[in-house]
Order: sequence, then C-alpha cells, then structure tokens
Amino acid sequence: MRRRLAGISLLSVLALTAAACGGGDGNDGGTQAADGPVTITMWTRAATQTQSERLVAEYNKTHKNQVKLTVIPTDNYQPRIAAAAGAKQLPDVFAADVIFVPNYTSQGLFMDITDRIAALPYKDKLAPSHMKLGTLDNRQYTLPHTLDLSVWFWNKDLYEKAGLDPEQGPESLKEFAEQATTVQEKLGKDGKIHGTFFGGNCGGCYVFTFWPSVWAAGAQVMNAEGTVSLNDQPPMTAVFDIWRKLYENKVTGPTAKEEQGPTWTGFFPKGEIGVMPMPSTTLGLMPEDMRIGVTPIAGPDGGESTFVGGDSLGISATSQNADAAWEFISWTVSDQAQVEVMAKNKDVLARTDLAGNKYSAEDPRVVLINSLVAKGQTPFALRFGQTYNDPQGPWLRLAREAVFGDASKVPQLNTEITKSLQQ
Amino acid sequence: MTLTVTRSRRAAHSAPSARWRSRKVQGWLYAAPTAVIVGVLFIAPLVLVVWMSLNRWPLLGPATFNAPANYVKIADNPLFVDAVLFTLKYTAITTVLLSGVALGLALLVQERRPGIAFFRTAFFLPGAVGFAAAGLLFYGMLNNDFGPIDPMLQSLGITSEPIKWIGTPNMALFSTITLVLWRFAGFNMLILLTGLQAIPTEVYEAARSDGANRWQIFTRITLPLLRPTLALMLILSVTGSLLAFDQFFVFTNGGPDNSTVSMVMVVYRDAFFRFDLGGAAALSVVLLVALVGLNTLMMRRLR
Repeated sequence: MRRRLAGISLLSVLALTAAACGGGDGNDGGTQAADGPVTITMWTRAATQTQSERLVAEYNKTHKNQVKLTVIPTDNYQPRIAAAAGAKQLPDVFAADVIFVPNYTSQGLFMDITDRIAALPYKDKLAPSHMKLGTLDNRQYTLPHTLDLSVWFWNKDLYEKAGLDPEQGPESLKEFAEQATTVQEKLGKDGKIHGTFFGGNCGGCYVFTFWPSVWAAGAQVMNAEGTVSLNDQPPMTAVFDIWRKLYENKVTGPTAKEEQGPTWTGFFPKGEIGVMPMPSTTLGLMPEDMRIGVTPIAGPDGGESTFVGGDSLGISATSQNADAAWEFISWTVSDQAQVEVMAKNKDVLARTDLAGNKYSAEDPRVVLINSLVAKGQTPFALRFGQTYNDPQGPWLRLAREAVFGDASKVPQLNTEITKSLQQ
Repeated sequence: MTLTVTRSRRAAHSAPSARWRSRKVQGWLYAAPTAVIVGVLFIAPLVLVVWMSLNRWPLLGPATFNAPANYVKIADNPLFVDAVLFTLKYTAITTVLLSGVALGLALLVQERRPGIAFFRTAFFLPGAVGFAAAGLLFYGMLNNDFGPIDPMLQSLGITSEPIKWIGTPNMALFSTITLVLWRFAGFNMLILLTGLQAIPTEVYEAARSDGANRWQIFTRITLPLLRPTLALMLILSVTGSLLAFDQFFVFTNGGPDNSTVSMVMVVYRDAFFRFDLGGAAALSVVLLVALVGLNTLMMRRLR
C-alpha cells in the first residue's frame, strides 16, 4: 500500500511535469500500433557511437519501422540507464558495455529473448563472450552489438625514424617497453613525441589495456565467478612494474597520470605516440595516410590475448514495442548488416561465421583482429562497474598506487576490490 | 466599525458554526492550489525518499523493507566518512573566501559612478553561466594537454613546466575553489550590494561630520548594518557548499585518488553506479537532517 502511495505521488509529479512540458503526442506506439510503421527508441554510449549510427542509418533506409537513436556520453551512460530504469522510462532498445550486462540482467532491465534467439539460424555463431555475459540462469537477454578488442598499435613512420624495424611490432610486453623507450630516446627530445601512452586515471582504460598481458601469460585477474580479485598476484604485478618504469623514465606522455579517459586515444592518430594499446574500433578512424601496424597484446614474456569488449544490445524489460525492437536487433546481426555495414568499415563482426568476408580479406590487420576474438577474454563480474570502472571504485586506487605511488599497498587494496566484488 | 460589530453579532446569533465552517472551507479553497503544489513537489518527494531509505530498492521490481540496514551501513562506508571531512573543509574555505571577495567587490562597485554598471555586470556575468558549463570551461582551460593557460604562463616566463591543476589533491581543491569563486563571487556581490544600498546615506553623513575615518565607518556602520544581508549570504554559501556536486563531478571527477569527493557525489555513486537506491536515500536523509539542523542553528545565531 505504502509503495503504491509512493508510486502515486511519483506519478503525479511525472504527470505534472509532462503537463508542464505541453505533453507529446502521448502515444509512443504500444502494441496497438502494430499495423502501421513503429518508431522505436534506442540508446547507445558515445564510445561505440559510430557503429550504432551506421547500423541505424542503414536500417532506417531499408525498413518501414524506424529507430530513433540517442547517443549518451560514455561516462554518464550507467547513471542514465539507472535513472531511466528507476523511472520506468528506458528506451525500447539499449546497448550496454558488455561487462555491465550481467549486472543489468540481474537487475531485470532486459527482456528475456531466449526463444527469439533460438529461432535464429546462426544462433551458435554469435560472438561467444558476448553471449556468455548476456546469459543468466540459462535465459538469454542480449545480442552482441559491437566488438571492441584491445590491441597494440604501432606507428611505422616513427619506428622507421627511430631506427626500429617498421614491420616488426613487439612480441612481448618487455619488447614493447624497449621499443617505446627507443622511440622516446630517439624522437622525444622536443616533448612532442612520446614512446607510449595510457589512461593513468581511468579504471576502464587499465582493465582494457593491462589485463590482456596477464591473460597472455596464462593467468587470471579474478576467479570465474567474479567474486575474488587476483590483482595482487604475478603476472599482474609484473605488468604494473613494466608500466611503472615506463612512466618513471618519462617514456609515456607526461599527462598519462592525469588522463581520465575521454582523450586517451587522441594522441596516437596525431602521430605523437610510438606504440600503445588501443581499441580496435579506432582502426577505422585513423588517418588514411598513416602507416599503422597492429599486433596482439602480449604478456611480459610473450603469448597473446585481448580484452573482448564492446556493446551488447537488448530489449528493455519495460518496452511496449517488443516485436518491432526484435525486428531491429535481429537485423543488426544478419548477414546484410554484418558484412555491408560492419565489415565494410573494418569493424569486428558479431558473428564468427562471417569473419572471413570480402572486406576483411583486404586488410590483414582486420583479419588479425577478427582472429583474436577466440583468444581473448571478457571478464565476468556482477559488480564490475562499481569495482573497476567507477573513478571512486577500489580498482583505480590500486592501479594508481601500483603504477605511480606506493606499490606495497597493492595487497591491502586488493582486498578492497574483493570486498566490492562481493557487495 | 459599528457596522462590522453589529453584523458579526447578528451572525453569531443566527448561525455561528455554519458561517464559521463556510469561511474555513473558503480558506482551504484559497490555500488549495499552493497546498497541492507544496504537497506534490516538496512533501511527496521527501516522504518518498524517507520511505526508500527504509527499503532495499531495486531499479525495477518490488522493494523489500529492510530498515535500518541502509542507515547502519553508512558507518562502514569509508568514502562517505572521507567525503564528510572533505566537504566540511571545502565549505569552510569557500565560505571565508567567498564572503571576503564578494564583500570586496560590493564595496568596489557600491557608489554610483560613470561606468560602474559595466563593472557590476562584468562581476555578475559568471553567475549566469551554468555550473556544469563552468566546470567544463575550467577543465578545458586548465587541461595539461590542450588548455591555453599553461602555454600562456610558460611563454610569459612565469612557470617552466605545466602546472598539474587537477593532478594533485591540493591543486585540485585550489582550482575548484577558484572556479567556485569565479562563478559565485558576482552573485554574492549582488546580494551584498542590495544590503549596502539599504543603509541610509544620512548615517554615513552623520558619521563623516563626526570625524569618523573610512575604517571606522566600515567597522562601526557598514558591517553592523550589513549583518542581516551577510547572514543571508553565509547561509546560502554554507548550504550550497555542503551540497557541492557539479563542480567536482564535472571538473575533477572526484580525483585525483578520491581527494575531492563531496558528500553528494557519494550519494550519486551509491544510486547510479552501485544501484543501491535505498542506501543513497539513507545518505540523503542523513544529509538533509544535518542541513536542517545546521540552518536552524545559523538562522538563530545570525539573526
């Protein structure tokens, strides 16, 4: 009863606000509008905006139903989803950073689409890590939307000028450090060019670029349930040490320590960085004339791995347009959308059976990135966001102490991470 | 006068309670629109937030009553405890500086002189900029990668390398306070200016003819007569600073290393990053009670 009262008062506030805003047409479709074309709403985060925009534009061009896309700044995405869910005002369809999906599904934000997925002829070819994170208690809630892998990019022109072999990228993290140091020593005098760069005040950047080195060395950063942190163990500590030396020797750009995330990929395309880990989606955004090599992220002594990130797409639990929403999201993983929209623009595909298509064959770097999907990992934890991505979360403190501060605090801070994972 | 008396006496004789009741209804009707607005916009959200703080409140789906768990766990939230200390420190520094600067500006532009309108407008202008926009503006200007301030200082030979404006805890606090002063000094100046102009000029003339110097006039006349206005400004500043959010959220993002996390940022984090709506509501209630208490105290002391 009390909850209903609270609901009523909230509703009256909403009604009043709506009235004050002059209302809209008041009818957002609903199931009764199934006869005519339906316009569904979709949200995505800025980090993978380009891919979503391309898909939506192509869909709107070729279909009667339409999708209205809203792009939200990446840092604000999680809060916006939470606020919208609390007010039961989620869009029909929303993309989510794949690592947040387990939390969203456990909160009941996505609609169960197990049966709809089962009817897809290529259901077993959908990107496995995205499908795994979109599954809860054997029910499926999301489709892979974009895949964004972390890889090492190196600038062949700078390598040449520094006297390194431009065709030979690093094969271990130690080699990475040597090559970055060479670029810094040979070209870094005027302070414009730097050996490498990383987002030193950005939790998400650390997990995306440092963890693959741990996986490449055959170790783990968390237990499988995502409830115990192993970030105080080697090889994680070895990886931290190598990066720490790079910073101390001023091989990284001087602002790496302050970099909060939004601009961390901005320096490489300007030709200012020798070699650095970057998201694979930035490959399609690089300057045409820039000579870039791409290689898997390696562990301290070799191996290869990647963080399979990106977005998953699901229908919100409160959507009134489930059929139209499904029509759209199932189209995004169709052959047509995957090859002619995603592959054409050098993006990694959401389906493994289409990896070798006519576009990817043109660029060996894309083939390499596609091949990494199977070797890479997507960490699973219900409390991922609040632990690793949130700037006030415990992971960022640990990473910063390990790289810039007092590394002896790492074991103690690691218990904080475990505590946060179990909350 | 006589008319009213006779009329009310007659009314009292004929139907006392009916007439009284109808006037009461009339009164209620007059008050109803305001009462509805107050109820819907102020009371209902308050009740809702208190009720939320007594429940485990998921994003979707039914809430479960769990009082007082949300309140109990505030004590083991080290981030909140740190945030309380930090916010108090920030409030103290900001309020002192803001009062000083605002009063200085108000005294500067107090007298009508040719061109004074320009300065008043110029000082007030930042007050018209939204806090989020101001935060981004400062972030852009002071950014070590692309901000213009560092190159300017270096070309003038004032500094030799970029200053870490938001890279160290102390500088981050300093930069934020500068932002707040820039944003609010003009606004508070305006408040003080109205107070200054309400002081009758005769008082000043009398003082001057008695031979009081500028300092004596300031401490014996201006300050005491400005007291109510200063009190208003103090209350606004203290309350605003304790509820600080945008400046830290946009400008420093709570960093570096959680050194600039304000209390409201913790509420925000609990609600929207940890999805603990009940816990966030409990923090809000604690904050609200503290603020009401503090404001009551300040009203009493400063009146």
